[in-house]
Amino acid sequence: MAVVSHSPSMPVKSSVFKALTKTVRREGLSVVLIVALFTIIIGPMLTVVLWAFADVWRYPSLVPTQWGTSFWAETLARADLAMAFPLSVGLAVTVTLLSAVICLPASYAFARMNFPGRQGLLLSFLATNAFPRFGLYVSIAVVFYRLNLIGTIPGVILIQIVNTLLLMIWIPTSAFQGVDRSLEEAALDVGASRVRVFLQVTLPLVLPSLSAAVLLTFVSTFYEAQGALIVGLPNVTTMAVLMYSIINSQIIVQYGAIISFILWLPSLILLTFAQRFVRGNAISAGFGV
Amino acid sequence: MSTLELVGLTKHFSGAKQSAETVAVNDINLSVGDGEFLCILGPSGCGKSTTLRMIGGFEEPTSGDVLIDGASVVDMPPNRRPTAMVFQKYTLWPHMRVYDNIAFGLRLRHQDKAQIDKEVRDSLALVGLTGYDRRYPAQLSGGEQQRVALARALVLQPKMLLLDEPFSNLDALLRVRLREELYAIQRRIKITAIFVTHDQEEALSLADRIAVMNAGQLEQLDKPSQIYAYPRTLFVADFIGVMNIFPVQRQGDLLHIGQYALKAPEGLNGESGLSVAVRPEDFTFSATDGAWQGVIDQTIDLGHYRKVLVIVPGLFGDETAALAHRVKVYMPKSVQARAGDRIALTPSRYLVYSDTAVTRTSSATRTSSATPNAQPIEVRNQAVSGEDDR
Ligand SMILES: Nc1ncnc2c1ncn2[C@@H]1O[C@H](COP(=O)(O)OP(=O)(O)OP(=O)(O)O)[C@@H](O)[C@H]1O
Ligand SMILES: [Mg+2]
Repeated sequence: MAVVSHSPSMPVKSSVFKALTKTVRREGLSVVLIVALFTIIIGPMLTVVLWAFADVWRYPSLVPTQWGTSFWAETLARADLAMAFPLSVGLAVTVTLLSAVICLPASYAFARMNFPGRQGLLLSFLATNAFPRFGLYVSIAVVFYRLNLIGTIPGVILIQIVNTLLLMIWIPTSAFQGVDRSLEEAALDVGASRVRVFLQVTLPLVLPSLSAAVLLTFVSTFYEAQGALIVGLPNVTTMAVLMYSIINSQIIVQYGAIISFILWLPSLILLTFAQRFVRGNAISAGFGV
Repeated sequence: MSTLELVGLTKHFSGAKQSAETVAVNDINLSVGDGEFLCILGPSGCGKSTTLRMIGGFEEPTSGDVLIDGASVVDMPPNRRPTAMVFQKYTLWPHMRVYDNIAFGLRLRHQDKAQIDKEVRDSLALVGLTGYDRRYPAQLSGGEQQRVALARALVLQPKMLLLDEPFSNLDALLRVRLREELYAIQRRIKITAIFVTHDQEEALSLADRIAVMNAGQLEQLDKPSQIYAYPRTLFVADFIGVMNIFPVQRQGDLLHIGQYALKAPEGLNGESGLSVAVRPEDFTFSATDGAWQGVIDQTIDLGHYRKVLVIVPGLFGDETAALAHRVKVYMPKSVQARAGDRIALTPSRYLVYSDTAVTRTSSATRTSSATPNAQPIEVRNQAVSGEDDR
């Protein structure tokens, strides 16, 4: 102690350091997560934003050499983009709705009924996501080719629905499982019919998770490129597919940046909107099957 | 206000494997009078909840019948039965305010708004939660939630109130308070109530009659005092209160316990598999004069009386067994007793059981045939003038 009190700056420094290590130790995970968030998500996004508003950006410079929006007019005027955007929105809406109609009743059955093969079936949805998709898509494309579905909108819808199954089954299933049966029994007990119990007790309790599943499905379908690329070409060009082809065929980075900027729009709008009524942890809680 | 009758009520659950079938409830017959408070008491897994859930309509009986006011209700779903249930888990609907939780059932009955308003307020007042109507369940303590659940059940003026361990998630003090409140409410509105519990103190303090269940079967249905004084089976003797149970060998008129013997009661049939049960308060004791010679091993001060654990080697033949089966005796605190003191015990009242199969570990398949004595036989020692007459 006596030694330390000689230099007044020492204790201050060490206490700051201590406080810092303490914070890191206590909040270690969240600090790591925040840093990771910046480098993995915000970083690339920032680059894209910078590119979208750069007229000229030469190599050694850390920021665009010349700011501007001259590429925007050019990009937005493209005929393929004007076609792809409504197509993508329409596809995403259709796929999400169809998937909801198929999956939500199924997930209720998974949660509430015990039938043979239930567990196996539930796991089979994982299979579509557990293996490289490309292989799956190629073999599906072979089948679609025989059925004349290649290059058609129904074909793209079908392949994209396959994509949504995992999310739309697993999240709602665990949400329905999360509703204690005795809550439903209590409602039945005071005189409610089974339909009313579902509408007034079960559904309101799972709604946040269901909305989360629907939103995530919409967004991921909107971005989905592999399936749409393999089955949709050459006639059906979604935004994501368009972006691939633009990036591949032209060296102008700005086009890609601006299109990804536009691609974000629907999900940004939806997610902001979702925050209002989706309970904070519903999305993450949804995965606790 | 209604009567309930269970006739041969039985429930089998098919297990995970096809072959494994659980007999959760096995041929229960009982009737409950109008305004009566019946407690179903038994160890965990004995089928109490299943029985109650069959009355409420949440489980379908495998066989047997449930009659309310003489009419069978087994074909009715829960929403059409005149019963209301309070569950062990907190089952208030989390997305509805207290008011809406209670009003839910009333609205289904298409009552007008003013009427609903009045009834919700009355029922909240009944459970002592006036002014809580705007809260969400998450903003209530566990005890408050169960009171709202009670109000939600009572507001519909059911014929019968079913309660499945409604207070078992609460701390001991609150449990006692809510139990007393429930008792007062039940007496005031005179509703027929079936209360499931595994807590005998709860059952003894609430019930008009107690149905003791074990392994899916009804062991005894009686008034609390009767259950305590005359447990009908060895299981009930062991389960209710504290009991000393000794296996005995019969030789003519005598029941031998180790080197000691008790008088066999008149009319006792059967030679083997007999047991004698003595309550801790049914001993007379002195320093030297008495049948069973022992040494006090431990004394436990229980407030207004003292529990004394006595090693009586003669009962078992060897010390280790005697240590493992210390005789429990209750003494007034005025009597001097310390560990190490010599003591002589004489049972002043004991019950003799011959139903060997009924034990703590009995399974659902009980051989109930050929029991020589359907009832235990009570013996009061003539030599001792006890304060008996419970
Ligand atoms: N849905 C079910 N499927 C299969 N077996 C069941 C089911 N419900 C109950 N059982 C079995 O039936 C028996 C009785 O169960 P029950 O819930 O009635 O017991 P309990 O007396 O209420 O016990 P506790 O005091 O622990 O609540 C148990 O062996 C239990 O495992
Ligand atoms: Mg139970």
